[in-house]
Amino acid sequence: MRLINQNLSPTTTAALKFAPFAALILIYLLGSAARLAENPNDKLLPALSSIARAVDLMAFTPDRRTGDYLLWTDTWSSLKRLGAGLGISTALALIVGICIGILPFFRAFFAPFVSFVSMVPPLALLPILFISMGLGETSKIALIVIGVAPIMIRDLAQKVLELPREQIVKAETLSASSWLIAWRIVLPQALPRLLGSLRLQLGPAFLFLIAAEAISADSGLGYRIFLVRRYLSMDVIFPYVAWITFLAATADFALDRLRRRLFPWSGPESGT
Amino acid sequence: MTLTRRMTFAAMAAFGTFGMAAPAVAQEQTAFKVAWSIYVGWMPWGYAADNGIVDKWADKYGISIEVTQFNDYVESINQYTAGAYDAVTLTNMDGLSIPSAGGIDTTAVIVGDFSDGNDAVFIKDGETLADIAGRDVNLVEFSVSHYLLARALDSVDLSERDVKVINTADPDMVGAFQTPDVTALVTWNPMVSEIALLPNAVKVFDSAQISGEIIDLMVANTQVLADNPKFGQALAGIWYETATLMTSDSAEGAAARAAMGAASGTDQAGFEAQMAATRLFADPAEAVGFTTSDALGDTMNLVRTFLFDKGLLTPGATSEDAIGIALPDGTILGDTSNVKFRFDTTFMQMAADGAL
Repeated sequence: MRLINQNLSPTTTAALKFAPFAALILIYLLGSAARLAENPNDKLLPALSSIARAVDLMAFTPDRRTGDYLLWTDTWSSLKRLGAGLGISTALALIVGICIGILPFFRAFFAPFVSFVSMVPPLALLPILFISMGLGETSKIALIVIGVAPIMIRDLAQKVLELPREQIVKAETLSASSWLIAWRIVLPQALPRLLGSLRLQLGPAFLFLIAAEAISADSGLGYRIFLVRRYLSMDVIFPYVAWITFLAATADFALDRLRRRLFPWSGPESGT
Repeated sequence: MTLTRRMTFAAMAAFGTFGMAAPAVAQEQTAFKVAWSIYVGWMPWGYAADNGIVDKWADKYGISIEVTQFNDYVESINQYTAGAYDAVTLTNMDGLSIPSAGGIDTTAVIVGDFSDGNDAVFIKDGETLADIAGRDVNLVEFSVSHYLLARALDSVDLSERDVKVINTADPDMVGAFQTPDVTALVTWNPMVSEIALLPNAVKVFDSAQISGEIIDLMVANTQVLADNPKFGQALAGIWYETATLMTSDSAEGAAARAAMGAASGTDQAGFEAQMAATRLFADPAEAVGFTTSDALGDTMNLVRTFLFDKGLLTPGATSEDAIGIALPDGTILGDTSNVKFRFDTTFMQMAADGAL
């Protein structure tokens, strides 16, 4: 039998699914135990008990100074910034992307500019952002938008341009206006792609969020990681990284569910 | 033990990304790694490496010393704490809170200088330090700036509860001060001299007012140093030769200052201005005198109390006594069974005696 036709039993599939995770945990535990045997205060690979204590301290014990539960206030601050940044980017992508896709005037005027801007490394612009928009929330949200929106715009414009020309011509023969074509032909076919594009931008959006929070903040997931990095407190950093991964994975899953619920005809596309 | 080491290496190799070995086991060695980062009091290390002074002293003791510059101060300390370097440049406060709190027994080989104005508190629209009450204060949280702020607030009977601290990265301080929502900040040089030039900046407190409390050190792993005293001797030789050169009023001295200025992103005049705000110990006898004075014990007591208040003295610490600090006269501050930070004048004394 060819390898590509191999039929795995459900048990094997399940075991294989968990194997890399189990291996990662095992390697961590071995490395951690070995380092702790040499130096009981080692901070690079802390024991699970230290991690558990840190989680308890960050998530379930009020902070001595402010009385806040740090993990939750950090999460809330970060999610607000992320939500605002991604919301603005998505709205921009929808409007500008469709305009570039269907209106020749707009395409000539804006497409080269967007392509150019999407190549600017946003992190290098941070000092300008901070000086022009201050160190508050605006500049953090702006960084996410600058980093994420141009790519989403280009992706959506591309999708619109790929729509079969026949559909547009057909609608025109039925005397549809530009507006009606945008509304009834283009928009429904663009929306699933927009959600897909948003899913792919979750990772970069988190990257920009954490970079912005590292520069200046008083709460946030990235703020906390960079603050305790100063003390090599991996017992706090590991749970935060796991939590960020979990949040991003949940958002990714939810967006895909949303797409399938709203646009069942758009197909499973990416099953994972 | 062998098994443990092998397991460590297997695990580390499997991890790959960690890319570093476990802390070295006690043994004699001939190759040493030193990490340093850009700061006025540490520029001599880079200069010495570039101009053959490091190799000269290493050859004299039959060892080799690799000097690496880090662009990120915290990363250099983390690398040292993780065991990838034998020695690193850091401040007395960070030495206690990062490697020592991380269980790495660390010895201050050279007390190089203390900040004498290099760290400062600035405000806008105000005249005195008391005007800082109620404001947001931008600084690198848990750094010497934070300590300076705590000491400054103390001096006017305020506490950290009276202000709100906003963590801000040090390279962005100068830009941050020019935005309207930043009205108070604490930072160090070279940012201090840049901000002092801004029209609305008022310096209300600086490290000259807590003279001798922010100390810049070259520290080494205690075990490595005990097994290889040659390493400590070479470090002292390098430091005093370079420091004497850079403070000398000669053409060579001026050239060294110009080179160090250029390497730290300024020029000779800018570098000399920073040196003026630094109390550099080019004379080993003076460094020994400073290190053995009673004031050092008082300073370390203030520092450890600050660190304990901020929860930075190991997570399980129940008092500021959690980590033992050994002073040159043999007194130990804190837990005598957990001494992790030591001041040792041996090598500075050898330099003073001309015994290197």
